[in-house]
Amino acid sequence: MITTMLYSLTGLILFGMGFYTLIIHSHPLRKILAVNVMATGVFLILVATAYIPVGQGDIDPVPHAMVLTGIVVSVSVTALALIFACKVQENSNLDLLRKRNHRKSMKERGL
Amino acid sequence: MFSSDTAVWIVFPVILPLVAGLLCFLFKRGTFGIALAAAIGNFFVVSFLIYQMLVYGPMRCYIGGWHPPLGISLRSDGPALLMLLMTAATGLAITLYARGYFLFRISDPLRAQRHKRQQHYFWPLWMLLLTGLNGLFLSADIFNLYVTLELIAISAAPLAALSGKPASLRASYRYLLISLIGSLTYLLGVVFLYRSCGVLDLALLQNLAGNRLAITTALVLLTVGLMLKTALVPLHFWLPPAHANALAPVSVILSALVVKASFYLLFRFWFEIFAPIISLSSLNFMGTLGALAIFWGAIQAMRQQRLKLMVAYSTVSQLGYLFVAFPLSMFVDGGQAWSIVVFIALTHACAKSAMFMVAGNVYLHLGHDRIKSLKGVRSSQPITVFAYGIAGVSLMGLPPSGAFIAKWMLLSTSFASLQYWWAVVIAGGSLLAMIYVFRVMSNFFVIPEGESSKKNVSLSPLLEWPPLILALISLFLGLISPWVLKIVLYKDSGLFAQIFQGGLP
Amino acid sequence: MNSGQLLLVSILLSSFIPGIIIFCLPEEKHRLRTLLNFCGSIVKISLVLVMNAGIYYGHVFEIRLPLIPGVELLLSGDPLSALFTTLSSVLWLLTTVYAVGYLENSPNRSHFFGYFSLCVTVTIGIALAGNLVTFLLFYEMLTLATYPLVIHRGTDKSLRAGRNYLMYAFSGGAVFLVAVVWLQAIVGPMDFSASGFSPMYLTSHGSVLTFIFILLIIGVGVKAALVPLHGWLPQAMVAPAPVSALLHAVAVVKAGAFGIVRIVLDVYGAHNLLLMGVLPLLSAVAAFTIIYGSVLALQQDDLKRRLAYSTISQVSYIALGMSMVDQQLAVIGGLVHLVHQGLMKITLFFCAGNLAETLGIHRISEMRGVARRMPLTMAAFSIAALGMIGIPPTVGFVSKWYLGLGGLAGGNWWLLVVLVVSSLLNAWYFLPILIYAWFDKQQGAWPEELYVGRFETRLMLLVPPLVTAFIVMAAGLVANAQISPLAWVRFIVRGYTL
Repeated sequence: MITTMLYSLTGLILFGMGFYTLIIHSHPLRKILAVNVMATGVFLILVATAYIPVGQGDIDPVPHAMVLTGIVVSVSVTALALIFACKVQENSNLDLLRKRNHRKSMKERGL
Repeated sequence: MFSSDTAVWIVFPVILPLVAGLLCFLFKRGTFGIALAAAIGNFFVVSFLIYQMLVYGPMRCYIGGWHPPLGISLRSDGPALLMLLMTAATGLAITLYARGYFLFRISDPLRAQRHKRQQHYFWPLWMLLLTGLNGLFLSADIFNLYVTLELIAISAAPLAALSGKPASLRASYRYLLISLIGSLTYLLGVVFLYRSCGVLDLALLQNLAGNRLAITTALVLLTVGLMLKTALVPLHFWLPPAHANALAPVSVILSALVVKASFYLLFRFWFEIFAPIISLSSLNFMGTLGALAIFWGAIQAMRQQRLKLMVAYSTVSQLGYLFVAFPLSMFVDGGQAWSIVVFIALTHACAKSAMFMVAGNVYLHLGHDRIKSLKGVRSSQPITVFAYGIAGVSLMGLPPSGAFIAKWMLLSTSFASLQYWWAVVIAGGSLLAMIYVFRVMSNFFVIPEGESSKKNVSLSPLLEWPPLILALISLFLGLISPWVLKIVLYKDSGLFAQIFQGGLP
Repeated sequence: MNSGQLLLVSILLSSFIPGIIIFCLPEEKHRLRTLLNFCGSIVKISLVLVMNAGIYYGHVFEIRLPLIPGVELLLSGDPLSALFTTLSSVLWLLTTVYAVGYLENSPNRSHFFGYFSLCVTVTIGIALAGNLVTFLLFYEMLTLATYPLVIHRGTDKSLRAGRNYLMYAFSGGAVFLVAVVWLQAIVGPMDFSASGFSPMYLTSHGSVLTFIFILLIIGVGVKAALVPLHGWLPQAMVAPAPVSALLHAVAVVKAGAFGIVRIVLDVYGAHNLLLMGVLPLLSAVAAFTIIYGSVLALQQDDLKRRLAYSTISQVSYIALGMSMVDQQLAVIGGLVHLVHQGLMKITLFFCAGNLAETLGIHRISEMRGVARRMPLTMAAFSIAALGMIGIPPTVGFVSKWYLGLGGLAGGNWWLLVVLVVSSLLNAWYFLPILIYAWFDKQQGAWPEELYVGRFETRLMLLVPPLVTAFIVMAAGLVANAQISPLAWVRFIVRGYTL
């Protein structure tokens, strides 16, 4: 029982840490990592839930199935978010570049 | 196996778009044909499912023969099927409209190339999104719902980014992250619920038992997660940029369908699973947020300079009505509560689709959507402007639109239960809607001086008719309300699930 | 569907279908458009006459469409709705003739006539509405159908007027909706009936019902332009003349006044209202509006604005008649004024439009000696203006006579004072116009002479005001005949126990 609680608590803390980072930090990579930490926290709680101390020490298979599915989802979502981060970065750099060029050309023209 | 009374048919709204999405992904040509076939097929299957439910009652389908608690099951009942019908009808219109949108002035080589690239991604993603939506409405267990939520998020975010502009990229990146936070919060809520109840099936969850604190925590987590996805004020900040910067067909999908999905789920949780432990004050809290949303969204909509942003803020405002229904639903029986929400959702889906389509048409026609310079559009695009007017009227909740029926029910409940302040909110909200709708309308009616108003840009019927038809549907929805009421009342009693409550069969 | 229901539906469709077809017609096809309009209005008039006969002989016309529990749409023909339907359909025909002449060669005509037909359809819907929900449905639609007409010119000024109109009308609509739902929450769903709801609700919910009555009157009072809810009306004058005619005589203002009649007679019922003691309030508002509108009309130099303020004043006679619901004669006077005011006001607006279209005259000070140039128009104008003042044998006299008799019978001496003062004011703002036109000499050229031809103006502009002016005289002369508006109003009042 204690073990389960301990794992669950760790999971909750991880979730909270991830959430905090996601809100506070602006770097895209950190944000994506934060989402992953959150997900891991939830999975940890799920795994802890699977343990049923009553009677035979049986193991509930449902949370396991959930964790596996969750991991698959989280991997694909991470991949997508990474692509997004790259694109945004690229575009904002381009934006910056364009603005700078624009300013430079304005200067050259003496405006 | 495929006789008309089996539950197998429920699978098709999920399978059809999924297969179509995969095919669209594989093939370079003919993607529109595949998508259209899937959309039409989906529409017919959904109509059939409704017929089936009216004849044989709500159905349940256990995928692969696995029964709960282990297996996945899909089920049809009144509210779910109406949401499916909403998705199918608007989905069909969206498919046609998107085709017209991508074909617009294809003779311009630059535009042709851009549209080709966008189309290449649009069709598979749209079909996947449709799969997710249909799956969400039909799913009968809370974890499966998580998966569909994620499916919706990972197909909606790239769709929102399709236009490729930096602003839309940023907005959709934020949209993706917000969706992920929402889904993970939801998942945490699912875990809490599972820990205390030991089941995932919606019907089984209806007789909740277990640790009160854990259940309350689960409720809070589920609610926050879904509120974030539904963009209820004050968690609405991500919606306007994401919806307004997307391509027109995508804005339609996001505004009309995607936000409804998470709301539908929220409502199911509050009024079916958690109903016994919900307190009046928490309902009032949700209602207050809804009222805030109505006013804040409308005020913002009035202040916008761009048509698409105006329409997006109007979504924020209209979503508020769905939450104002919370405190009032307490005082009506379950079926009627659902019918209020369903009427608002259906009307909003049709009217908002029409509005975003109109905004798209205006954008294609003028090359911008600044509200101040819309003059002459009335003469060059009469059908589009007409569609805008009708959609606006439905949004304002004038009779005989579906929103009018919903407002009538809300008002009469608020008077019957002596909560007069909600009446003020509802009536005030319609007036504000009038102001932002007609602010644009009067700009359409300005007759340009000097220059000839006809620029000879004719829009294809694919661009003009879907919004008009959707707007007309939303306006006349009130007249078919007896049928809607009849369908809404069919509920999944959970009998099927209870048979197998004992464990694995 | 039995034949009575078919009749009701076809009365609505006879203007709706032409309207929809006109929307789809290309701009150039003006012959076909005109033909459609005429066919539609003639068919409508004949159908309405058939219905009137049916109502007279006691047939029941009724269609119900249940929506949700407690809400159903109900169209029904009763003597009161017949009165309003007949008025609107006859005046629609004349206004169509006039509008065809008026809008010759102006842009966006298919829009104009399309919305025009929709507007008439909706007005007929208001007339035929059999319960408050249906009334509300058409009442809100009326705002929508008239808005494009008000802003038809697309200028800044007309857009501002349109915005103002919408603000007023929809605020009124929102108040009305709230009041209707509230009322229904208390007394349950009800159709319009001669006795109103059961008086037992007054004992339990007396003050709430009074409050709802006030809300309802505010809701319809916006369109009926009761002071202080009248602000939109003078501004809406920027619309083309046929629209003003329609707004003032047939559709919008009349719909508001008709709403007051329905609420007083058919929702609350005379008996309940007397018990509630709320009627003096309505009297006061109506009397104030009558005087105030006339005083403001005096100060206007713009002809159409003067007519607009005069409408504000004249329509309140209807409300005034309703506020003395215990006096049968006063009710008759109010009801018959619904028709009489429409006839007189439409004549005045037609004539004002003729002056503007033919000679570019918009102001009263420009009208000196105009009667020599346009004798027929000014003759029609004068008959209607004398009617407004209440000089026999015009219809205006008949209304005021009955109102005065009703006031006397109820011992309301103040009513006579109001009538006399208002008639004096009417004379004060109409007689100078007549004197200018008939007895003054023309000074300088006309502002803008737009039409020179065989007649004083285009024939299509000339005939409608002559016809309405003729009816103004004739209906007054034969007021006691079987087919006069007065006779029908007596028939209506027989259905109520007053």
